[in-house]
Amino acid sequence: MTRLDRELRDLRDRRRALVPYFMAGLTPNWTQYLDAAVQGGADVLEVGVPFSDPMMDGPVIQAAGVRALERGVTLEGVLDELARTDLGVPVVVMTYFNVMHYRGLERAAGLLASAGVAGVILPDLSLEESAPWRRAAGARDLATILMVAPSTPPDRVARIVATSQGFVYAAARMAVTGRASGDGEAARVVAGIREHGDVPVYVGIGISDPDQARHATRDADGVIVGSALVQRVLDGESPAELETLISRFRRTIDEGAPEA
Amino acid sequence: MSHVMGSPDTGGHFGDFGGRYVPEALMPACLEVEAVFREAWSDPEFVTEFRETLRLFGGRPTPVTPLERLSEHLGLRVFAKREDLAHTGSHKINNVVGQALLTRRMGKRRVIAETGAGQHGVATATAAARLGLDCTVFMGELDTQRQALNVFRMELLGARVVPVTSGSRTLKDAVNEAMREWVTCVDDTHYCLGSVMGPHPFPWMVREFQSIIGAEAAEQLRALGVDEPDLVVACVGGGSNAAGIFAGFADSRADLVGVEAAGGSAVGSGVPGVLHGMRSMILQDDHGQVEEAESISAGLDYPGIGPEHAYLASIGRARYTRAADDEVLDALRLLSRLEGIIPALETAHAIAWLVREAASIPRGSTVLLNLSGRGDKDVAQVRTLLEERA
Repeated sequence: MTRLDRELRDLRDRRRALVPYFMAGLTPNWTQYLDAAVQGGADVLEVGVPFSDPMMDGPVIQAAGVRALERGVTLEGVLDELARTDLGVPVVVMTYFNVMHYRGLERAAGLLASAGVAGVILPDLSLEESAPWRRAAGARDLATILMVAPSTPPDRVARIVATSQGFVYAAARMAVTGRASGDGEAARVVAGIREHGDVPVYVGIGISDPDQARHATRDADGVIVGSALVQRVLDGESPAELETLISRFRRTIDEGAPEA
Repeated sequence: MSHVMGSPDTGGHFGDFGGRYVPEALMPACLEVEAVFREAWSDPEFVTEFRETLRLFGGRPTPVTPLERLSEHLGLRVFAKREDLAHTGSHKINNVVGQALLTRRMGKRRVIAETGAGQHGVATATAAARLGLDCTVFMGELDTQRQALNVFRMELLGARVVPVTSGSRTLKDAVNEAMREWVTCVDDTHYCLGSVMGPHPFPWMVREFQSIIGAEAAEQLRALGVDEPDLVVACVGGGSNAAGIFAGFADSRADLVGVEAAGGSAVGSGVPGVLHGMRSMILQDDHGQVEEAESISAGLDYPGIGPEHAYLASIGRARYTRAADDEVLDALRLLSRLEGIIPALETAHAIAWLVREAASIPRGSTVLLNLSGRGDKDVAQVRTLLEERA
């Protein structure tokens, strides 16, 4: 069990998790958005590291990735800044497998762990191809978070639940990020995951407003909110404005939560 | 007997390359394609329908033509496998007929595809029309402008063409967009990938569909009195025509040569990476970002190469080299004048290499050139390029 597993199991006893996503390096002051998110009530931060070919991302995160790459953002630069920022909540890095593969798995896992990163989401790293990475990451107490999709059949759900660390990422719909809104098939996906283990389950892909987040967390242990936030950063909203929005997510989720 | 180009392992690996690096949402679809392909490919009825469709509709078998004047010019015995004579003007028809039949077998009603220059898009639209399938083709916005006529061709064939505005707006982005679309519609849609690339089973399956090129050519050469060529040469972008012809000769003593575009040389200039669902040789910058390929030939404008080619290179069974834009134009003119065949710019890369290296190949060697496509689609561009150069 990794540090992230323990922290998120503790968290589950207290409240539903709110996980905002931000694209690293999108603006010069991008880490201020992370601070603001924590102030607004985030429990975990998902930090996107841009990749040239983001197969699982829709137009908003693609645009953010392009802009970040144009600013010269690199994994090493992002990790330097994260290492210097004391956020007080676990940070999970989301990027594509080639970013790790290019550096060598051992080295990449070492860089992430040294910067204090708690886990990674690599959407194009399939369960079948994940063993070498999980070995490298596991040796550094770095959690590898896997995704279950609405299309995943039960036998695969079982294997993914047994393998995923930290939480299981439940994709609410058959779509890439930021293309549709609402929690879609989340209830069915979450129920399918619950049959195979007592792991924290967070819903993402399509959660774009506080009511949807509240709806999704009736079943799930947490929600991931990405494109809806990144769009606002792209539109020039300030960290303070994002903090206000995230605190609304926080309040709405907490109001809607069943008694613990 | 073990074959150099046999089946990949159960995870779709050719040595250290290949595999299946896709979002979980697409894993069940990839597994389904694999299962249905395995079953179909060992079903004599399916194989017969595939071959008959290519015979009655696709224009197969394509001939092997002795290129007598080019042979004299180069001091070699050069034979061309005439994929330019296949329906839609290139080898692409072999793969799309196979995948369209497979789509029907899976009970799906729609295909999506990516295309660079438009050849694979046109071929997919053609096979879809023939089998009554809906068809949507993703094409980089830049390519829709450079190849406007092919956009119109696809539309004539009843396909919808979606310009891709993300990233570099070329082939690699069209693949990304097709993958993103596939996530939303796997239930009723098959992704008809155009080359020996992508996640397992595509590199293997597309090579199997294309291996009809090599199988025919081996037999046709024997009929022409050539037991075994000394050299087999083909151009390589993703590498489907090369894989198809290599498959017929990988177990022979023939040298296998793949010719990449100088600005898209994944084996020559790339490093191992993971892109579009596969581990292969990929052009990347110093931070692991995928670089854009650059070539006068849109069909070779791809920063990766099929994983089986990366494997054949790694074990030394095939070698991969490159041709530059200038010599490619010269080669296109040379073949047109000497043989009365205007090759596609892609194909002209293989010819350019042969012309450049002819002097170092033992005189009288027998060379099989895969003439993968015809140049009609490129004529306007070639005219502009030659005028610019003049």
